[in-house]
Parts: sequence; structure tokens; C-alpha cells
Amino acid sequence: MTKLGHGSFLQKLVVRVPFIWLLAFFLLPFAIVLKISLSQTAIARPPYTPVLDLTAGWHGVTAFFGGLSFDNYALIGGDPLYVLSYLKSVEIAAFATLMLLVVGYPVAYAIARTSPRWQAVLVLLVILPFWTSLLIRVYAWMNILQRDGLLNDVLMALSLVKTPPAWLATDTAIYIGIVYSYLPFMVLPLYATLEKLDQSLLEAAADLGCPRWKAFWLVTLPLSSSGVIAGVLLCFIPIVGEFVIPDLLGGSRAPMIGQTIWVEFFGNQDWPAASAVAIVLVCLLVTPIVIYQHQAMRAAERD
Amino acid sequence: MTRPGFAPWTDPNLRPLLRIEAVSRRFGGFAAVDSLSLDIYESEFFALLGPSGCGKTTLLRLIAGFERPNAGRILLDGVDLTSVPPHRRPVNMMFQSYALFPHLNVEANIAFGLKQEGLPRDQIARRVADMLALVKLDTYGARKPSELSGGQRQRVALARALVKRPRVLLLDEPMAALDKKLRGETQFELMELQRRLGLTFIIVTHDQSEAMTVADRIAVMERGRLMQVAPPAEIYERPNSRWVADFIGEVNVFEGRLGDDGMTVDGTTAGRLRLAAKADAEPGRIVFVAVRPEKVRMSREPPLPGLDNSVPATVMDIGYLGEMSIYKLRIRDGVVKAAIANTGGGAQRPASFGDEVWLSWPPDAAIVLTR
Amino acid sequence: MRRVSAFNLVSLAVGIAFLYLPIVVLVIYSFNASRLVAVWGGWSLHWYAVLIHDAALIDAASISIRLALLSASAATVLGMLAALALVRFGRFRGRLLFAAMIYAPLVMPEVITGLSLLLLFVAVAADRGFWTVAIAHTTMAMCFVTVIVQSRLADFDRSLEEAAMDLGASPLKTFFAVTLPLILPAVIAAWMLAFALSLDDLVIASFTTGPGATTLPIRIYSEVRLGVKPEMNAVCSIMIAVIAIAVIAASLFGKLTTARGGPGRVQS
Repeated sequence: MTKLGHGSFLQKLVVRVPFIWLLAFFLLPFAIVLKISLSQTAIARPPYTPVLDLTAGWHGVTAFFGGLSFDNYALIGGDPLYVLSYLKSVEIAAFATLMLLVVGYPVAYAIARTSPRWQAVLVLLVILPFWTSLLIRVYAWMNILQRDGLLNDVLMALSLVKTPPAWLATDTAIYIGIVYSYLPFMVLPLYATLEKLDQSLLEAAADLGCPRWKAFWLVTLPLSSSGVIAGVLLCFIPIVGEFVIPDLLGGSRAPMIGQTIWVEFFGNQDWPAASAVAIVLVCLLVTPIVIYQHQAMRAAERD
Repeated sequence: MTRPGFAPWTDPNLRPLLRIEAVSRRFGGFAAVDSLSLDIYESEFFALLGPSGCGKTTLLRLIAGFERPNAGRILLDGVDLTSVPPHRRPVNMMFQSYALFPHLNVEANIAFGLKQEGLPRDQIARRVADMLALVKLDTYGARKPSELSGGQRQRVALARALVKRPRVLLLDEPMAALDKKLRGETQFELMELQRRLGLTFIIVTHDQSEAMTVADRIAVMERGRLMQVAPPAEIYERPNSRWVADFIGEVNVFEGRLGDDGMTVDGTTAGRLRLAAKADAEPGRIVFVAVRPEKVRMSREPPLPGLDNSVPATVMDIGYLGEMSIYKLRIRDGVVKAAIANTGGGAQRPASFGDEVWLSWPPDAAIVLTR
Repeated sequence: MRRVSAFNLVSLAVGIAFLYLPIVVLVIYSFNASRLVAVWGGWSLHWYAVLIHDAALIDAASISIRLALLSASAATVLGMLAALALVRFGRFRGRLLFAAMIYAPLVMPEVITGLSLLLLFVAVAADRGFWTVAIAHTTMAMCFVTVIVQSRLADFDRSLEEAAMDLGASPLKTFFAVTLPLILPAVIAAWMLAFALSLDDLVIASFTTGPGATTLPIRIYSEVRLGVKPEMNAVCSIMIAVIAIAVIAASLFGKLTTARGGPGRVQS
């Protein structure tokens, strides 16, 4: 059912303008990344060969495809540095997402249970830090976590430690930073689902003799599953590729994949390798995205 | 309500204002409107009546232009509307939800359509003021829709559509959201308005009493097809099928075989029934005799032998409706409904639960249906 | 009737405190007279004064703001078009691809989108600088705009648009006279989000920028990666204050228009 006349000029425009923009600035870049990942590093700028020379006609095309190689992918597969980086990223993302779930669910639940007037205020409070720059907030944690920072001051004051431990450049700092930064991304989808939860369902459960904690387990939790999934995916996928947080709070000893790409690119100037790393990462992440889309479509059909 | 002398559909020289030619609208495999043809004449108050899902709203939307037919065409004043988008059709609709623009006040809502026509401002203001007076909302111009009651919002929606003086006004279940009393008042107001302005109204409703009250002609629809198109009295007194007879009001149906002389029906649950006139069907064929409950008379004594059809019955159930009571009575192989007006005073009742009574009706009170 | 249990209250309090603690600490330390963060030297506006004389920083701030204004506006227009296409136009050719291109950048790590855009710009030999970053930010932000506007449009009462067309307004006219005024709060929220995303972005800007187009986050990052700096605390505090005021003002404005019976969630 269309709002405009079928195939009217206006309708075509509305669709085509953003479509073409995205083709040009989202899809095409990806194709280029793919191509470069199959290329070889060259000293000259831009640092990659072969080049697709269309003026050379068919010969140019075959030469292009002939010059492509999977060397970079072999490099990635062979070098433990990269493999470790992927694994580390997935590991941190998985644990961090779990922590986010554990911390975020009670907060979302609590907000959903307050009166509607308070809900608006609380949601605003939760969102507000999100509006401030991620960089700022991570930097704020640097303030607290540095060796002579607030955390150690408190710990020393409470005599919990003798010498101030180093928090920065540890995995712990990364976890703190990630949980802190991504909390709104977990709380909001959860809240959105929990808020829609029909109170009368819980009342019915109570009426049928179900204790509160059991009702939560049997009724609330399953019904909020779509929110849980949304929150998990909204956090897990970007965390895998995080750069700022591990760079500022973590060390460079065991970098996450985001850092690896950055270093390959800006540090080693090895664009083909960086591209290959990126492509592999995309393939890794596509699966959860597809699952999420599937879920979202099914939920939409159900409603 | 039929106007005496107003029956343009009987005049073969008159061209219909709106002609719907074999129009179909399919959604996937499902035909909401199935090859439907209909003529509607100028100044008619026409009703589309049917159960939910029968396609009446789809037909309305086809006329308005919000749906495009998969087949057939719609002509207004002889002009094919198929390729005309909704905002260019001289047809206006009053939506079931009223669809008042929440961000505009009443005046701006009503003026909206006139602004699209590019009329000068003072002319718009005058017509809006006239329309507000017509729907008796003179002082409500500055209010927002959220500040109005349901009945007031309905009148604004009506005013907004009428102010454009459309060739045809479409009304989509306009009184569905009103309570019974308000509904009755509004029905008469609508009829009066339509007569006064001489406009053509097409109303969609699932409420048969509403259709019977306001319409010059009713089109009964089921599953995308027309079952019968006729003035209310004809639909009620001479339905063309059991389905229509059953849909409009209540009816008792006796199935039997038409006798050789075409004047009797044998083998019904009420015995042999006599007809008032020769039935239009071959003898020996299965026919259905339809009798409305209010035409069934109830008495304690058997009626005098005469032309009336009669059958003994036992009172099973009584539904008291105030002005009348609906009796459900058991006869030998079936159930008969009789509607008896409560003309007696107080608790006086012609019969009570379990009573044995005699039911009878004159032959001309029944109609014979072949389907 | 909602009873808020003690557990709920505690988790709320802890959660909110956790969210605001670092920001509060950062702001407090921006007033620290002492350069050493460890030592509290008393209240001072010294670092704010230093800021005013830091030409490079002010330049970076101006670039960031202009960038944010431009990309937010472009992203809002493009995102609205995309939302309209997705919600109103049912099945059209390439819809699946379109939807995938809209939703993917939302969760894609920024290093990847930044990297891919840089490679594009190099491939077409574009001069990298203000405009390439603007394009990048617009692309990144339009997806968020689409999601926000789309959910609002999905809730929108279609019969209002049909009524407008029935009364003679062309589809274009209908959009501007009826649809847009009623979805405006969502559009504005989307614009603000796009603005914040652009202002804040570090990774994508780093990849796609060129000489002479150093954004504020890039400047801040290059300073702080070596350690905490009090001037940076001051910069960040200012940014926090500006954003906090803007967001609170926006939500108050939103409440005000809803109360007056203007376009709000209640009506349509």
C-alpha cells in the first residue's frame, strides 16, 4: 500500500536518493576493502597493487584478477598475533556483554517498575551520559583509574591495599570502561521490552499461586527475551571492534582487533593486511547481525 | 427511510452519478471485492451494509481512491476515475476514526481542504463559519480536537468533508463510536443534512437498523459480492435469499417442497403451508418459506380453520426487550421465533415458560425464497 | 499500582551513581589548581583560562561544531527519506539490500566503517579533509536517524494522511502539512543524536580526515593518550555542560509542547 501514486517520480526519488548514497558510501567502500585485502603492499602511495586499469580493456581486467592473492589472509591465519587478537576481542566482548546483562537488567527492570512519571526522568538520566562524548567518559575513567587516581585514594583510605595497584593497562580497566560506556545500549532495549510487559500477566501468575521470584523466572524473563537479545547484539558486536576503550584504558600487549587494525593501518602502513583483518572481522560479525534481523522480523510479524 | 417519489434508480433515462463496473480488489489470493457492479444516483443516501470482512469498507476506499482495483473501473459523472489519485477526486470521506489533524484547531481542520483548492482567505473563512453553524459548532472554532467530545469530533469530521461540496460524500461507519442515544439523534441530523444539501451520501455500516433508518437504498454485501440492492422496505419485506432474510432482522425459515399447484409447500416442520400467490418456481422443487417473527401471532386456542397457516408450539424461552418480547417456541421439529409487542399493562403476558400455544400467520405474511 | 522494591531502588541508585561518578570526578578535577591530579590544590579556573588561549584547540572545536551541524542536517534529511521508503513503500526492488545497508552500520565497529571510507576516498583520489569527514559522519548518522524516524512513522496514524489527501492535498503537501509536524519531535531527537554522534566521533574522523581538518576529539585523543591532562579535563567539562543543558532543554521543551496539546505521542 503506497502513499504516493504507483511509481511516481517523487516516490522514486525518496527511495533512490538514500539508496544511492548508501551504495556509494557504504557498499562500495566494502567492495574496495575486499579488493585491497586481496592485493599486495607496495611502497608507493597509495600503498597497494594491483590496480584495476579499465583503459587496458579486457587485458586490464584479467591482469587485475590475476594479481589478486590471498597472501594477506594466509598471513593472518598463520600469524598467532592476529588469531590471538580476534580471540581476545571475542572473549572480552562476550564477558563484557554478560556483565552488562547482569548489571543492566536490574536497572532496566527497576525503571520499568516505577511510575510513568519517574520513568521518563530515569530514562533521561540513563541516556544523558550517553550524549556526552565516549572519549570524554573513557578519559574520565583514566582520571579515576590512574595510579594516583581516585580509586586508589579510596582503596588506600580504606586500607584495602598497601601499595596503589596499577589499574590502567589491564584487562580489568577495559572491562570497566566497556561496561560503563555500553550500559545505555543494554538498558534501553531491555527497558523498552520490560515496559511493554503486561502487569496483568504477573497478577494472573500470583492469582494462580506463583511466588514472586518464580513468576519472574517463568513469565517476565521469557517475555523479555527479545529485549535481551537486542541488547546483547547491540553490545556484543560493536564491543568486538572497539578501539578507544582498549587503547586508552588497556595496554598494547594483547590488543583487541580494533587496535590491531588501527596499528596495521596507521602504524605499519600495511593497508592490505589491515583490510584483510577487517574483512575477516566482518565475516565474524555478520552471523549475529543476521540472527538479529531474523528475530526483529519475527517479532514484527508477531505484533 | 424512503422518500415518497424519490426513486431515480427506476428511471431508465437517468444516468447514474457513480458507476462501479465489475470492480475487483484482491489481496493475495483473497478477493475483498469480487467483480462488483453497482450504480448510484445523484442525491441518493446509499448504504453499504454487511458483516465485517464483507468488503464494504474496501469498496468505499476504492471509490475514494485509497485502493486501486485489480479489475474493472469506477466512473463518476462518466469520467473514469481509475487513474485519478485520491487528492484529485471530487469525492470526500468521513473517516471512522474521524482522522482530525491533532496539531490544528477546528477551524484549521475544516479550512484544510479549502486551502488545497487555493481559495482566497476571506472566502475560506466565510465558508468555514457557515459550516460550523450548520453542524452547530459555532463557538468551537478555536478548540483543538483533543478538547472535544466524541460527538463533537464527529461533527467536525463531517464539516471538514462537506465544506468542499463533494459530488459524493463517503461515510465510513460514522456512528460506530457514539452511544445509542446520540447515534439515533445523529442519524436524523445526517438525513436532514443530506436532504437539505441535495448531496449524494454513501454510508458504510454493519448496523442494519442504521442502514434501514437513513438509506434510500441499501446494498447488502457478503464476501465481496452484492447480495441484494433495494430500498429498505423491499430488502426487509422481499429479501431475495435466505442469507439476506437472515441478515436483516430475524426470520423463521421453513424448508419444504413446492406443491403441484404452486400454492402450497409440503413437508415443512410446521406442516403443510399455504401461500398467498403462485410461487415463481417449478413444482416439486425445494423452496424456503420465510416468516418474520413480528408477523407470527400467538394464542392459547387453536385459530379458526381458515386460510391462515398454524402450528402448535411450546414456549421455550422469552426475551424481554421492553417494547416487545421475543418468544422462542418449540414446534415438532424445530424452533420458531415470535415477536410480540407488550401492549398489555405491567406484568401481563400472553404466555409463560412451558405453555402450550398456537402460532399462526396469514399466507401473505410469508415470502417464498428459492435460495 | 507499581511497588518499587528495595532491591529495585538499590540497583537503580547504584546504576545511576555508577553512570555519573566518572563525569563528576572529571568535572571536579578540572577545577583543580594543582597540575598533579593526585594532589588537590584548591579550586581554580586556571585550566579554563589556558583553554581560551589554545588556538589549535579552539580551531578544532569550531571545525567539530561546523561538521556536526552539517552532517546532522544532511543525515536527518537522508535518514528521513530512508525511513519513509522503508515504512511507506512496502515492497520495492532492492528493499532487502536497502534495509541491510541501513541497519549494518549501526552495529559495525567504527574502525571498519572508517577504514572502508578512507579506502574509497583514496581510490577516487579525493582530497581528504573537512568534506570527506562530513560525508563519513552523514553516512554513519543517517542510520540512527532512520531507526528513530522509522519507529515513529510505524506508529503514525495513516488515516490522517489519507484524510489530508482526500481533502485535496498532494502526497508532497500531505507530508509537509500533516506528517512532518506530527513526527517533528522524533525528527528533532534524531537530529540531536546525529549531532552528538558527529561531535563525539574519534575513530571515523581519524580515518577520513586530512590536513587542516583536525576535529576536537582527535585533538583531545592525541593529548590524553599520553596521560591525564588538566586542560583536557576543562575541555571535557565544558562539553559535558553544553550537552547536558541542551538535552535537558530539549526534553523540557518536549514536555511543554505535549502539555499544551501540541504534537505529542498521545494524539496520533
